[in-house]
Amino acid sequence: MEQRELVIIGGGPAGLAAAVEAYDQGIRDILIIERDSELGGILQQCIHNGFGLHIFGEELTGPEYAWRFIEEVKERGIDYKLNTMVLDISEKREVLAVNEEDGLLEIEAKALVLAMGCRERTRGALNIPGMRPAGIYTAGAAQRFVNMEGYLPGKKVVILGSGDIGLIMARRMTLEGAKVEMVCELLPYSGGLTRNIVQCLEDFDIPLKLEHTVTQIHGKDRLEGITIAQVDAHRKPIKSTECFVECDTLLLSVGLIPENELSREAGINMDHITSGPVVNESMETSIEGVFACGNVVHVHDLVDFVTDESRVAGRCAASYLRGKHSSEQEDPIVTKAGEGIRYVIPHHIRHQLLQKENKLFFRVLDIYSDVKLVVRCDDQILYSKKKRKLAPGEMESIPITDQMIVNMEGYSEVTVEIQQSGLGVRECKK
Amino acid sequence: MYDVAIIGAGVIGTLTARLLSLYDLQVCIIEKDGDVAMGTTKANSAIIHAGYDAKPGSLKAKLNVKGNAMMEQVAKDLAVHFKRIGSFVVAFNDEEMARVKELYQRGLDNGVPEMKIINGNEVREMEPNLSEDIIGALYAPTAGIIGPYELTVAAAEVAVRNGVELKLEHEVESISEEEDGYRIQTNQDSIQTKVVINAAGIFADAIAEMVGDHSFEVHARKGEYMLLDKSQGNTVSRVIFQPPSKVGKGILVTPTVDGNLLVGPTADESQKEDLATTQKGLEKVLRGAKRSVPSFNEREVIRSFAGLRAVGSTGDFVIEEADGLKGFYHAAGIESPGLSAAPAIAEELLRKIGDVIELNKVENLNLLRKPFKRFSELTNEERRELIKKDPRYGKIVCRCEKVTEGEIIECIHRPAGATNLDAVKRRTRAGMGRCQGGFCSPRVVDLLAKELDLPMEEVTKQGSGSYLLVGKTK
Ligand SMILES: Cc1cc2nc3c(=O)[nH]c(=O)nc-3n(C[C@H](O)[C@H](O)[C@H](O)COP(=O)(O)OP(=O)(O)OC[C@H]3O[C@@H](n4cnc5c(N)ncnc54)[C@H](O)[C@@H]3O)c2cc1C
Ligand SMILES: Cc1cc2nc3c(=O)[nH]c(=O)nc-3n(C[C@H](O)[C@H](O)[C@H](O)COP(=O)(O)OP(=O)(O)OC[C@H]3O[C@@H](n4cnc5c(N)ncnc54)[C@H](O)[C@@H]3O)c2cc1C
Repeated sequence: MEQRELVIIGGGPAGLAAAVEAYDQGIRDILIIERDSELGGILQQCIHNGFGLHIFGEELTGPEYAWRFIEEVKERGIDYKLNTMVLDISEKREVLAVNEEDGLLEIEAKALVLAMGCRERTRGALNIPGMRPAGIYTAGAAQRFVNMEGYLPGKKVVILGSGDIGLIMARRMTLEGAKVEMVCELLPYSGGLTRNIVQCLEDFDIPLKLEHTVTQIHGKDRLEGITIAQVDAHRKPIKSTECFVECDTLLLSVGLIPENELSREAGINMDHITSGPVVNESMETSIEGVFACGNVVHVHDLVDFVTDESRVAGRCAASYLRGKHSSEQEDPIVTKAGEGIRYVIPHHIRHQLLQKENKLFFRVLDIYSDVKLVVRCDDQILYSKKKRKLAPGEMESIPITDQMIVNMEGYSEVTVEIQQSGLGVRECKK
Repeated sequence: MYDVAIIGAGVIGTLTARLLSLYDLQVCIIEKDGDVAMGTTKANSAIIHAGYDAKPGSLKAKLNVKGNAMMEQVAKDLAVHFKRIGSFVVAFNDEEMARVKELYQRGLDNGVPEMKIINGNEVREMEPNLSEDIIGALYAPTAGIIGPYELTVAAAEVAVRNGVELKLEHEVESISEEEDGYRIQTNQDSIQTKVVINAAGIFADAIAEMVGDHSFEVHARKGEYMLLDKSQGNTVSRVIFQPPSKVGKGILVTPTVDGNLLVGPTADESQKEDLATTQKGLEKVLRGAKRSVPSFNEREVIRSFAGLRAVGSTGDFVIEEADGLKGFYHAAGIESPGLSAAPAIAEELLRKIGDVIELNKVENLNLLRKPFKRFSELTNEERRELIKKDPRYGKIVCRCEKVTEGEIIECIHRPAGATNLDAVKRRTRAGMGRCQGGFCSPRVVDLLAKELDLPMEEVTKQGSGSYLLVGKTK
């Protein structure tokens, strides 16, 4: 069995950033395994602008953003294998992978970084009733047909789900000559970034139908139309509002799920809300020496945050390999999703191991305006900031400052929560 | 001039063709859809029933028990997945328990071996996830599960390899009697044949009417299903039925041969083309399934679908020569347990045909299929060897089910090979997993176009009309 210091599974932005960072921390024996034919991950098919504002201070396309990291990997001479799929990982960090050239690869790694990204939710997950004709695609599959293969999947399109991929595909399909009839969204608000709603829908006069869903699929061979309906407060379709919309294509953009078959099979502890592994401040999972970062942990909307998080994973994998990272630490502080918060990453913080880039990443449960975002240990407030608007579609992050680290000492739990203004606000005791 | 023309490439038509392929005969299968197994055969419960359901003395009873006993060998010869996992019919109250006991008695009359009545605790000991409210069950260890389209594809493959002609996308429009047989007019051609086998599923009555036979009718009764991810596949390890009512066998919960969990079906009168699932139906399925097995996770549903039962007006299978029509055989009204009975039905048909034409075996032909090796099921040693021989078996195309490019290309070029996306899916499982083809379908379309030398736009999902792409981008 081949031996490696560090194996990184997935050559998307997460895997690349982790590799570069681990290298810069002195690790030389690194292997990135990527199942696609090029590095860059999902970014390679995102040919629109909007990547890198935070990290590079400029707007790049997906491939451009990826390219910067690919260059860094190449400059450092970090090994990678393309067209190679990891089939299995064990709790002993043995990796089984396959490709055409080497056949089966069995590698024992001293440390592993999981950076497998995510996949799209499908019609089955929604259970939309009706027929099963051609013409129903996940937005990602359609994006691949259009951007990478150069084929148009249909002419008269309805998009279900207003996440970023759905919005971006609305624009793409329109530019390619299709008519996008509407984007339907179950919730009372879009799951996508505001700038995408403006640039992808409003600029093209594509209606966004909030609180609407698809209740029936029509057509035997090819899609002929769909029935849509408004939903009530419980998100159940209201029968009397049903109407037929003629279309030959339905694109589903109904969410992403971290790609965690490998993690699950290896026995890593999972978070049922994020569908990703439970991680600590070092992005280490419940198996020692196995780290995770990027969309495999929780779905990000901005690649810049992926990069931040992955640098932490890469650095900590390096210090683990150098033996500096002992797992015998005091009990970790548990992060808690309080009022209005869906989840918080990382799940555990070993307070003396916090890194300078460490952030609390989280999503809110609903749309909020004019509220206060608060981080507290018991009733000691570590952080508090007024927010004009918070939406589930936009991941939030709060940097963990040195002062916060000091203030956390001695506590076993740190809570992130939303406080409606006017409620009793407690001052931070210094 | 054909000796035998089989109308319908379902499990009945293809298994019959396979048997006929051993003899010195010109045989064709005429199928309106773009692949075999596109009718009822692709959407059913996939259970090889033990044989306690049907009325003693009926063809259904006789052929079910016989088919069940044959299935092991047939599955082995065709190298398809078949598991004799056993079944429960569970009872929640005394009234249901009385019905369960009736079934037991029926099973004895039909000659079903090894059945047992067990109590609620024994039920839960064997199946810990079953409801606390179950008071007892009929346990039939001989029941099994199979891959129905896998079986049908395999049978077609052997038939075609042995010289049977498979005419896909040929819809029979009319049939006329001629001096020494029949003339069949399809949407593409016109053929002559001495013998006709009507295995047209829910349309068997329409085919009969084409030759003026109105002796039976077939109407459609819809069954809706939900399929769950493999993460739920171990919820039960046997087929869990509820006691049958007048219209069907109730909602069942069963593992599939591929390791998923299947729940369903409903039973609602329906139009013959209507394969739509409904909100109401799917809710009924969930509710029914939860009654037996409260604990599976419905968030793991990856697909729903519906099948149509071919309910015959006679109440039994119609397997006979049509009255006054020499050499015109029906295999009609083949509703459940049609899949279980299929190998026995095929033998029955072969025996009958022997009355009108001579059956002379051709040397060097057999009924065995070369196994189709799934990469995901091989040992690492076998994988290594396969990739050494052909590196395309080292390239994963469907990541959920771990299907390689080698398998996809192989399934396109085998006899009765795949010509569209769904046909690849049924043969290899590419696209059957959690992401339902979101990742691999563009790649499979690519491979189909290349291997079949078609423009990308002409690759379909499931045959003509079901186009996937409308043209090049600007
Ligand atoms: C359509 C779309 C539009 C977006 N738009 C923007 C935007 O405008 N601005 C922005 O900042 N961000 C955007 N994002 C978000 C950003 O691109 C992602 O968050 C980021 O790419 C995630 O990086 P990752 O490395 O975690 O995952 P991925 O990029 O998905 O990379 C994971 C990699 O792992 C590989 N892999 C997975 N499993 C295995 C295995 N078993 N063996 C080998 N390799 C494996 C995959 O092939 C893939 O290359 C968008 C995302 C999408 C999907
Ligand atoms: C909900 C449900 C659950 C079931 N569960 C089970 C079970 O668990 N166990 C079991 O044993 N059985 C079960 N069955 C029954 C079983 O599926 C059927 O008995 C079996 O599949 C019938 O096969 P077939 O070949 O007769 O019909 P089909 O598979 O319907 O084949 C008929 C073929 O004829 C073709 N055809 C029709 N008209 C024409 C034409 N004019 N020209 C050319 N071709 C034509 C059709 O396209 C079709 O491919 C179930 C059925 C249903 C609906």
